[in-house]
Amino acid sequence: MAGEMNVLGNLSFMTNMITKFKDSFYLNFIKDDRWKYITDGLQTTLVLTFFAVLIGIVIGFFVALVRSTYDKTGKLKILNFICRVYLTVIRGTPVVLQLMIIYYVIFASADISKVVVGIIAFGINSGAYVSEIVRSGIMSIGDGQMEAGRSLGFNHFQTMRYIIMPQAFKNVLPALGNEFIVLLKETSVAGYIALQDITKAGDIIRSRTYSAFMPLIAVALIYLILVMIFQYFVGKLERRLKKNER
Amino acid sequence: MNVSLQEPLIQVKGVKKQYGSTAALKEIDLEIHKGEVVFIIGPSGSGKSTLLRCLNRLEEPTAGEILLEGVNITDKKVNIDEYRQKMGMVFQHFNLFPHMTILKNLTIAPMKLQGKSKEEAVAEAMRLLKRVGLENRADAYPDQLSGGQKQRIAIVRSLCMKPDVMLFDEPTSALDPEMVGEVLSVMRELANEKMTMVVVTHEMGFAKEVASRVIFMDQGSIVEENAPEELFSNPKSERLKTFLSKVL
Repeated sequence: MAGEMNVLGNLSFMTNMITKFKDSFYLNFIKDDRWKYITDGLQTTLVLTFFAVLIGIVIGFFVALVRSTYDKTGKLKILNFICRVYLTVIRGTPVVLQLMIIYYVIFASADISKVVVGIIAFGINSGAYVSEIVRSGIMSIGDGQMEAGRSLGFNHFQTMRYIIMPQAFKNVLPALGNEFIVLLKETSVAGYIALQDITKAGDIIRSRTYSAFMPLIAVALIYLILVMIFQYFVGKLERRLKKNER
Repeated sequence: MNVSLQEPLIQVKGVKKQYGSTAALKEIDLEIHKGEVVFIIGPSGSGKSTLLRCLNRLEEPTAGEILLEGVNITDKKVNIDEYRQKMGMVFQHFNLFPHMTILKNLTIAPMKLQGKSKEEAVAEAMRLLKRVGLENRADAYPDQLSGGQKQRIAIVRSLCMKPDVMLFDEPTSALDPEMVGEVLSVMRELANEKMTMVVVTHEMGFAKEVASRVIFMDQGSIVEENAPEELFSNPKSERLKTFLSKVL
């Protein structure tokens, strides 16, 4: 008898839980179409990350090229100096501050969309880290490769493009993948300039419904899934590039 | 350009190379004529590799001039990339491009630099690959080849640019002993075809057999130069005698 009571008790406890979960889910996501905060926020996060990654890659490769050209040949002295100032400033200050300075100071009087500001800020920030990653990749390629390219008659930039960069890229792919994961998560501070990214969306729901668990965990799960999808594709690319070698 | 038969292919005039306070090369003068096979020997640190690398300006001479077919290629206004196409170079460590197939290794420079079509470049590469017996490895990657095979490919890569002179920087020093022969036989064939060659090497027997002239360097200077049989059997300077007694 006692056992039966226990089973019944457990059962009612579980139905109770499920009902609570359902209610909470309804409150946080269904009522007043609150799921739209999540989907709109997700879209903002993805747009921010995607374009910031592109800007980061362009800046990063350019800066790495300038810096390694200067290291090897002594050319591009002024550009190299500018690049070093950029690296020092960007890596020496928090990304949140860079974001706020770009929005509230630099574009203070300009009529410009916040998303664009976010893309610029996160892109400039990421470029600094990408450039050091790419530069380490360039340095990992032995001098013999540059000499072989130059001795055939390629100039410095042709050798970089056809011979050094493709090998360097393969070597730094894991580190680059890591940088983009970091960037995706770093965009979560976009709320500081009132950009409604997915983190902000979760927070807005929390402040409306006074329940923290459901919206915050949901947002965390979405980040996790995004990162896992990204990791899958980077891993695939890595394997494909490796196959090319042997 | 009209090059008279008498004019040397390469002229080295008073070339010096200074690394900080140490002089790697002290006032080198040297002429290399078309069809010559010049071997440079000497103890390590004697400056022989530095001299060779100065010839195509992989190493910038501190002073002096280097003329290729009458053109001063140490002049800063000269586009050195253009003249490097006429000087093939083979390295001790092969320096093949590991991310490309053998065929791509051989065709990329002719296609990008000499404007050859893919068909032309591939046909020429395959012809030369056949000559060194590696036509069946065209689609392999460098890491799949042995050291001797890699060095033969490296030679072919330079030949694909149809150079006027080939520079060899200790081409067999990084090879296992059983692979030295296959590389030397390719070089021997080139020499027989009257390719102009400058070879830095420790292979004295090979120098004796193939060279038209041997240069002995020590401490950054050319100490003695002569025809191989004369230089090896009748060394004049004390330094060369000591060197030969150690290596022969």
